[in-house]
Formats: sequence, C-alpha cells, structure tokens
Amino acid sequence: MAKKIISVKVNGRLQEKAVEPRTLLVHFLREELCLTGAHIGCETSHCGACTVDIDGKSVKSCTHLAVQCDGSEVMTVEGLANGGVLHAVQEGFYKEHGLQCGFCTPGMLMRAYRFLQENPNPNEAEIRVGMSGNLCRCTGYQNIVKAVQYAAAKLQQTEKEAA
Amino acid sequence: MIPPSFDYHAPRTIQDAVGLLTQLGSEAKLLAGGHSLLPMMKLRFAQPAHLIDLNRIDELRGIVDQGDHVLIGAMTVENDLINSPVLRAKVPLLPEAAALIADPQVRNRGTIGGDIAHGDPANDHPALALALNASFCLQGPQGRREVKADDFFLGIFTTALAEDEILVSMTVPAFPAKTGWAYEKLKRKTGDWATAGAAVVMRVENDHVSQVRIALTNVASTAIRVKSAEDALLGQALSDESINAAADAAMTACDPAEDLRGDVEYKTAMAGQMLKRAIRLAASRC
Amino acid sequence: MNDAVDPTILERTAALQGMGDSRLRKEDARFIQGKGNYVDDIKMPGMLHMDIVRSPYAHARIKRIDKSEALKLPGVIAVLTAEDLKPLKLHWMPTLAGDVAAVLADEKVHFQMQEVAVVVAEDRYAAADGVEAVMVEYEELPVVIDPFEALKPDAPVLREDLAGKATGAHGPRDHHNHIFTWTAGDKHAADAAFDTAPVKVSEHIFYPRVHPCPLETCGCVASFDPIRGELTTYMTSQAPHVVRTVVSLLSGIPESKVRIVSPDIGGGFGNKVGVYPGYVCAIVASIVLGKPVKWVEDRIENISSTAFARDYHMDGELAATPDGKILGLRVNVLADHGAFDACADPTKFPAGLFHICSGSYDIPAAHCSVKGVYTNKAPGGVAYRCSFRVTEAVYLIERMVDVLAQKLGMDKAEIRAKNFIRKEQFPYTSAFGFEYDSGDYHMALQKVLDAVDYKALRAEQAAKRADPDCPTLMGIGLVTFTEVVGAGPSKMCDILGVGMFDSCEIRIHPTGSAIARMGTITQGQGHQTTYAQIIATELGIPSEVIQVEEGDTSTAPYGLGTYGSRSTPVAGAAIALASRKIHAKARKIAAHLLEVGEADLDWEIDRFKVKGDDGKYKTMKDIAWASYNNLPAGLEPGLEAVHYYDPPNFTYPFGIYLCVVDIDRATGETKIRRFYALDDCGTRINPMIIEGQIHGGLTEGFAVAMGQQMPFDAQGNLMGNTLMDYFLPTAVETPHWETDHTVTPSPHHPIGAKGVAESPHVGSIPTFTSAVVDAFAHVGVTDMTMPHTSYRVWQQLKKRGLAL
Repeated sequence: MAKKIISVKVNGRLQEKAVEPRTLLVHFLREELCLTGAHIGCETSHCGACTVDIDGKSVKSCTHLAVQCDGSEVMTVEGLANGGVLHAVQEGFYKEHGLQCGFCTPGMLMRAYRFLQENPNPNEAEIRVGMSGNLCRCTGYQNIVKAVQYAAAKLQQTEKEAA
Repeated sequence: MIPPSFDYHAPRTIQDAVGLLTQLGSEAKLLAGGHSLLPMMKLRFAQPAHLIDLNRIDELRGIVDQGDHVLIGAMTVENDLINSPVLRAKVPLLPEAAALIADPQVRNRGTIGGDIAHGDPANDHPALALALNASFCLQGPQGRREVKADDFFLGIFTTALAEDEILVSMTVPAFPAKTGWAYEKLKRKTGDWATAGAAVVMRVENDHVSQVRIALTNVASTAIRVKSAEDALLGQALSDESINAAADAAMTACDPAEDLRGDVEYKTAMAGQMLKRAIRLAASRC
Repeated sequence: MNDAVDPTILERTAALQGMGDSRLRKEDARFIQGKGNYVDDIKMPGMLHMDIVRSPYAHARIKRIDKSEALKLPGVIAVLTAEDLKPLKLHWMPTLAGDVAAVLADEKVHFQMQEVAVVVAEDRYAAADGVEAVMVEYEELPVVIDPFEALKPDAPVLREDLAGKATGAHGPRDHHNHIFTWTAGDKHAADAAFDTAPVKVSEHIFYPRVHPCPLETCGCVASFDPIRGELTTYMTSQAPHVVRTVVSLLSGIPESKVRIVSPDIGGGFGNKVGVYPGYVCAIVASIVLGKPVKWVEDRIENISSTAFARDYHMDGELAATPDGKILGLRVNVLADHGAFDACADPTKFPAGLFHICSGSYDIPAAHCSVKGVYTNKAPGGVAYRCSFRVTEAVYLIERMVDVLAQKLGMDKAEIRAKNFIRKEQFPYTSAFGFEYDSGDYHMALQKVLDAVDYKALRAEQAAKRADPDCPTLMGIGLVTFTEVVGAGPSKMCDILGVGMFDSCEIRIHPTGSAIARMGTITQGQGHQTTYAQIIATELGIPSEVIQVEEGDTSTAPYGLGTYGSRSTPVAGAAIALASRKIHAKARKIAAHLLEVGEADLDWEIDRFKVKGDDGKYKTMKDIAWASYNNLPAGLEPGLEAVHYYDPPNFTYPFGIYLCVVDIDRATGETKIRRFYALDDCGTRINPMIIEGQIHGGLTEGFAVAMGQQMPFDAQGNLMGNTLMDYFLPTAVETPHWETDHTVTPSPHHPIGAKGVAESPHVGSIPTFTSAVVDAFAHVGVTDMTMPHTSYRVWQQLKKRGLAL
C-alpha cells in the first residue's frame, strides 16, 4: 500500500522519510535510521525492550506505527547522553550494576528517564511500579531499583546546584 | 511480528472519521491506542485493509468538569485518567482503577474508548462504566446518540456501537457526598487481564446502603452488572451476612470461561472474593 | 622507571582492580548507550531476510507444499523445503544427544510449530508475507502428549525414521517411542538397603516443562562468500566453536573456512546452545543465493520450538532409620524429550548429571534410572540454568528429604544437618561416583538459620496454625543443595567427541596492556570484567587495560562455550594457568634485567623485587617492554601464552536457601515474605557481579516455581506461548532477595573458584515448593506440583477445607 512521507525529529534531528503504513516505529528506528538501541523481545507488547520517548511519554515502539510519528519528537537511548556526558540514569545503571546482558537496558533507561521526570523522588515501591512495563531476565530488578534511586538522587543534586 | 499491509488514514475530525468508516465499511478498523489492535495485526489475527487512526482528532480528547457530571473524551489515555484532578475529585474510582490496567507505557496510549468499544469481556472499563452508571455518546452518519452503559455491552466482542459509528465520549455522574467506591482486580501479574474483577459504587445513608451498583469483569461474555448482588445489600446495614449474600449472588450470575488463569470454579469463587473486598473497601470510604 | 615514592601495598592492589574487587563492569559502556552489537543489529550489504513456515499440527503427514503464491509476492526470492535440502543431505541433522532431528519437516511433522519451509525475501516484511502465502496441506495423525501413554504397546509411532532401530545412541530401545534407559549407582546395594530399612518413603515428583525465554530470541546472519569459499555466520550461540565444527561437518566446508561469531548475546540460559533449523536453513540459503541471510525468530517461535527445560516425571524413594539417618536412595525417571532427543548433554550422559541427586547428603547406597521417551512436543530438555539436569536432581532430593522429615515428624533443618556430608569427609565420593571437592554445609546452614531466626519463624507458624481464623497459611521452605558444574574432565565429558576442556590465550603488549581470548562466551555474566580481574591479580596488570574477547572462532582458542556454570571452573582455570606461564617467563626476564638469579626474586602484587632490597624491582609493565627488546639469551621475544585446561574434576558449589511464604486463604495468592540465599562458590572474583547473578537466578527460579508452565491440550497445541501467559515477572511481582555467602575454595582449581550463576536457579525452585508445601504440611500435604499459581494453590486450599 502507498507509502507516506513522515517528518519526525529523532534525538533532535529532523528526519524526512517515506514509510509503508505498516512499518512499526521500532523497525523504522532500527533499520531506516540505524538506531539499534531499541530492541525487540516479544510481539505482544509485554517486554518493553523497545521503549522510547515520544513527545514526552514512554511508549513501546513495537506497538506504534512510524506514520503515527509524523510531526512528533522521538528520543531513543542514543539521544540520552549529552555531548559525551552520560545522563544520570545511564550513570546509575553503570554504578549500581543494573545490567548484565544489556538487552533490556535501552528500554529500561528510556523508561527510567521519563519516570524520574514524572516522579522525581520515588520510593522503592513506586520505582517498581514505574518500571513494571520493562522485563528483565538477568538482574532480578534489585539493582535496577538502586540504579533508578542513584539517578533520582543525582538529578535532584544537579537541580539543587543549578538553583 | 509483522502486520499485513493496509492503507492508513488520519482524519482530523470526528465527521471525517465517520465518513471514512461509512465509505470503507468492514474493510476498515479504528485505531485508538493500538495496544489491542496492533498486536492482533502483528499476529495476523486481524487483517484490515484500512486503518483509521483516531489519534489526531482533538475533539475526542479531554476531561471536562460539567458540574454534576464529568465528560471524558473517548481518546483519553489511561494515564490522563489517573492524573486528572477533576476525576480524582469527582469520580475517584476511575483514576484508581486505571492504574490497575496494563503497564506505564501502555497506559500512555491505551484509551478508555478503545477499552470500551472493543467489546472484550476481559477489559476493565466496561464493568467500571456499569458501576458508574455511565452513558456513551456515539456518532454515526446520522448524527449522535446516547446509549447507557447498561444497554451497551451485548455479547462477546459485540456492543451497541454500529459498524459506522464512533464512540465519542463517556459521561459519568460525579460522586455525591458519602459515596464509596472500589475496584478489586485479581491478576496473575502486572499487565494481565483480570482473573476476576469487581467494581462497586455505593452510598450509605443513615447506616443503610441507599444506592449501590455492582459490576464484574471477565467472568462472563461481557462485563455484567449484578442486580441481585445489589439487592442483597440495598436498604439495610452492611453485615457479613449481606456481603456474603451479595457475593453468592455474584457467583451465581457468573459464567466465566476456563483458561490458564483458572477453571470455572476458581474464577467464580474469585468473583465472589473480589466483590467482598470491593464492598468492604467501598463501604470504608462512604 | 621506578617511582620516586612507592605506593602502599593496598593502593597497588586496589589499582589492579583484580580478584575480589567489586569493580564496575567494562562492558557496560556500550550497553548503556545503545551500542551493543546483537545479532539483529548486524547489517550486511545485500542482506536478505528469512522467515519460517511452521506446522499448526503436532503430528501430521505433509501432503503437499505449494510455494507458488509465495513466490509471486514482491520481494520474495526463494522458498525452501525438505525437498530442496535433500540433495545436500541437510533435511535431517545430527543432534548433540546422538539422535537426528529434522531441519525441515520431511514428509511429516512431529510437533506444533515445527519448521516446514523457509521463505527468503528482500526484507523481513516481505518474508513474513511470504510465510503467510505458502500453502501446506496436512493429514492429521493421532497425537501423543503424555509420555506414559507414549510407552503403551499400541501408542502411535512417532519416529518412523527410526523404524526397526533396536539400538539408539545410548543403548537398546525396547519400544518404538523409547529413546534410552540410563542408570547410575549400585542397584544391588540400594535394593538391599531398602529391603532392610525400618523406614521408607516414596513420592511421585513431577518437574514440569518450562522454557528459558531469554529476552533476546535466537537468530543468525549467515554470509557465504562464494569467491573466497568462506562461510561467516553471526549467531546467538553459547558454543560457537562447537557450532563451527558441526557446520563444517554438515556442509563439507573445511573448518578453516568457517567462522562463527557470537556477538553480544541478550541472555542465553541454555536456550542458545543447540543448532536450530533456522541456523541451518539460513546458512544453506546464503550458500545457494550467494548473499547474506538474516533470520531472527519471534517470541512465540522461541517459546514454542526452541530448547525447553525439564519435563521429568520422577519417582523418588528414601530408606532411613527411625531417627532420620538416610540409608538409601532410589529414583526412577520418565524423561519427556519431545519429538527428537536434542538435549545438549555431554555425550556419555543422556540424563546429564542427574546422578548428583544424592545431594548434600552422605547416602551409602543409591541408584537411579532415567528412561527417555518421544512425544509430539518440541525437542530439548536440557536448558534454563540447569547444569545438565542438576535442577531436576536437586529438586528430587530436596523434596524427598522434606517428605522423609514430614513422615518422621522431624524438623527440616535438623534432618538435613543429621545427614550432611561432614566437612572432614571432603573430598567425598558419593554413591554415584562424584568426588565432591569441598564444602562446609553445617556452618553454612547454621549461618542461615541464625540470620533468619528460624526458631522464631517456626514459633510464629505454630501460633498461626493454632488460629483457625488466621487469613493466611505460613510456610517455611529450606533447601540445602550441592550442585555440580564445570563440565568437565574430558575422559568423562565430551560434546560430539570434543572433550570439554577450555582455553585461554593472553598476549601482553610492549606498553604493558594486554589482550586475552577464551573459548567461552558471555551472555551477560560479565566475562569481559571478571576474566580481566583474574589476569590482573595473576600478572599485576590493571584489569582496566586487559582487553577480553570471546566468541569469534577465527581468533579465540577452541572452547566448549558457556553454559552449566562452566566458564569460571574451566576457562577461569585456563586463564590462571596461561597467566602463570607468562609469569614464569616474566620472572626470567626480571632476573635478567635486575642481574640476579630467579631464586633471588619475590613477586609482590605487580612486581618482582630483589630479596632484601626493596628499591630494586621491575614491574610487569617494565618486563612487558623488555620482552620485546631486551631478553636473556635463549628466550624468544614476546610475552604471551596459551593454555588448554582439562579439568581434573567438576566443581561443587553449594547453598542454603530459606524462604518464608504467606498464602492468602481467600485467593491462593502466595506472598514471598522473605528469601534468604547463602551461596558458596569458592573464591569470589567480583562480589558485585556474583550478587547480580544470584538476584537474576533467584528471579528466574521464582518465575519457574510460581508461574511458568507450558500446557499442551490433547491435540498437542501449546497453550500460553506468548508473554501474556508465560510468566515473566515484572519488578512488581519479584521479591526482594537477601544474599549471603561462605567461601570454601575448590582445592583442585587453580584459583579455588567453583562457578556460581546456576546455583540460584537450581536451589531456589525447590525452596519455593518446600515453602508452599510446608504451609500445608500440618494437614498432611507432602507434595505439590509447580507452578504454584494462585489457582493451583487455591485448589489445594479447597481440597483441604482451608479456603476462605
């Protein structure tokens, strides 16, 4: 069926591409834009490995059509670091050993990134709920919780210093 | 993993969406949040030739305080229900129950309208709508009409929504003072459908249950309102006896399908348990 | 190049970030920036995509395959079936268990979702369309799902290809659906013990089928270069060298022209050991079409067709004295292997290392017998952090000890302590012939009991049992497991004839950094970090500058891969011994540089010092430079070594796990109130990484015990093969884990390490069952089959009149 031209800002860069309507956003990101950070772990929208940020919200990019992103702003894990400086969530996952095989990690990071903007000072239970759309088979989540706590503290510290 | 090909339409107005539906007929499916439809298309259980994306229609969004009612646009996503100050104040059942649906990412896309219009007995909003005495605004080529939730859910994947109609909004009465509410949902894990769910909205005046609406999720071919359970509570003080009687009535009204969540006996028993919990919690809030 | 001021010993040790240091991981940088390199990330010019047509039926004849509609679709290039593979003799392939498995179904299908045809297309969307368009006509055949039914005389014949074959790879076959019968131990002694024992208990214990379900599914990119005659395949493989050998044998391409690369792997857990039809077909397609071909499976395909785990029907018996001393153990197992025996076991062990089932106990007489059988289900059995059936063995013995304790009215901890192999008895040879290397079970058990205040828990349980209105049932589960890993000594352990040694090569560069390669392949275990830490401590070079590579068969020395917690026991030993070869040469160079005899030197952390003269020393860095330009006579330049390590024995990590549960009598939901896991893996290389692995293994164990299942209906349809039903817990469901440890080094291992990451899976699963059963023990329940979903637990509540 007829391709559609979409204009979407990805990690701050405007991309204009022709896509089939059925092209899933995750495939558009991975294949067309070569941003292979978002991963595919299932086809029923459960695992969250494909999570990205669309117009300020966490979305599973496997259950979103590229055509739906026309005019939107998308952020992927490749867009988290700023000029080579890791984002607090990236630092947190590294410092607290919140990853092992790394496959769930981009989705976890993108969700954690947005979650901490929704709830900058979460307790453990809130973190577990906030991250419940992302599955991990390696870590058992315990260090992921610590990673998010680390990032929350760092972001709050950074804010204090900026103020 | 890969959906079949389709043509894609993104109308900007309800009128245009209805026009497309009329024109394309059964070859078209409406795309709301997409988290029921797209997985079905990826597994190729659904293969519509056309998708009509409702996400660009601003008229379908928004939560409006109408005084003694609240108007909720059909394309309102679950997270917006959860975060709505209007709903938290006036219809607190909805924000609380929406948090039990799916997971945080899915709640950014899943819509109340999609959850209702699909006619899936496993979805949560139908029972909530029944318990809230909601009514729905439908728009078709002939214009708009209102249908009460009580009259909306007809059978498995069958609702009063005609093939050429779009669900526009849901209107819910604001809770008067002394209203208690609860939604108890037994599930195997986060994101699962209910093994059994019970929604209760009630008022207690002068120690007696003066009003109550009870509805159950995923224990029949549609969400069901259980009047017999309501009658077991009405007009008297709440007691262990009346609560048990309500639960018994609910269990009698159940007709669940056996699946990996449980057999008929278990689901029926759990409908009763969830209802008891919901009644007690609702009562504590009156 | 001596520093003006010498840093302290502690500082120099810390600077190495070597053994024992919870240093952060070197591999994380790419993963946290989305720059991992997984199979599906790989793109090659001209790459095609392959997708698979699969059977909807569990047992059926194929009447007809019509490719024509598929071939008409835009972008579809080829459709291959068994007919196309026949001339290449690749329509069947040998399995790791001595059986054969269909690559593409040859005239009949044996399990639902079996591969029937492959479609190759220009992109993955066209390939998916192609799959839909291939028309296959089937004639259904009677289905066998129950392994007991499979062995009845009139059971349908599943393996027509084995008709008339009275002998299989593991001995005689006495029925058309029989695969093997394997025994271990001394039947005569065991029977004698039972004949005279005052106390006997028996229990039928079923360990249901589950699936490892790593987050990344299986896949490959196969690229045959017709000009060079070379085949390169990127593959989700836990054993790339073995795959290379197998591919060479199957394809006829010399091994020197076959390159298998395991890039970053998103979790293995035993799911990525075997050679799947998808890999073979992608390779064939690439050879035939002369272009790279990518195949990546979906989640449903992964759960439905790749290596499952368990499915052991076990009958256990213990003979004992009236005061609880175990005299004998007998176990009979019916093993459901599915349609083909594709188990990734060492060749001589069709039931893996199941005979570790005497566990942590000093049992004088024991015998076990395992009978393998075919059914219309996907092939497999050995997977999912099982250490080759050790999950089943530990489950069996720990359940049986509980059953015995219950029969005798003894406390579960007390009976275990009574029967433990005592510290003084190590090395201990079990009734099955395993030589356990080291352990101190009594100390570890006491540590756990004290940490959780076991007496208080039992008192709380008693009080709750005395209250009929208590809305919960409280259960305490205890498991004291020994597992056997580190396969293994090559005289006993081989994969397709290749001994299960492993390897390491290390090369030190002139400026003091290093590169090391091993025959294993990490899938998240942190080898890039932990292996570097071993070398850092052995050679005094900071782990930060030791580059670790695995997985590319063209550069890495031959190894048997990573599974069964074998990496540290086997490759880790090779790393230490290769390091020591370098160390020995370095000593010679240091002596030359310092103009002393080798015997006049002491090694201290990162340098050789002249005895009695602290100011005269050479660091490994100095020696590295010298090794390229200033050597003693007779010594060749360079500073490198390779070591192939054939372990003298397995290793025997152990653990003590205790779990407290509260079961909701109204719904059957089980809350894990507390889980205390003490592990002993010998020497601990990186405690942070160990703890992370334990968390992960416990979580997978929790999923298995409390929710995972693969139910088949009578037609052989696998129900619940998506993540909607297959229970992968989120952060909300997953309990909080408390970890603890003791250290009992392995005396036969160069660094005393035993391997760790399968223990939490092996040990936790029976712990959950022990706890749930314990909650019902007061009403006489002795066993409950997993998974302990709220539904199944509620059925028990109802049955015992305990449901609210």
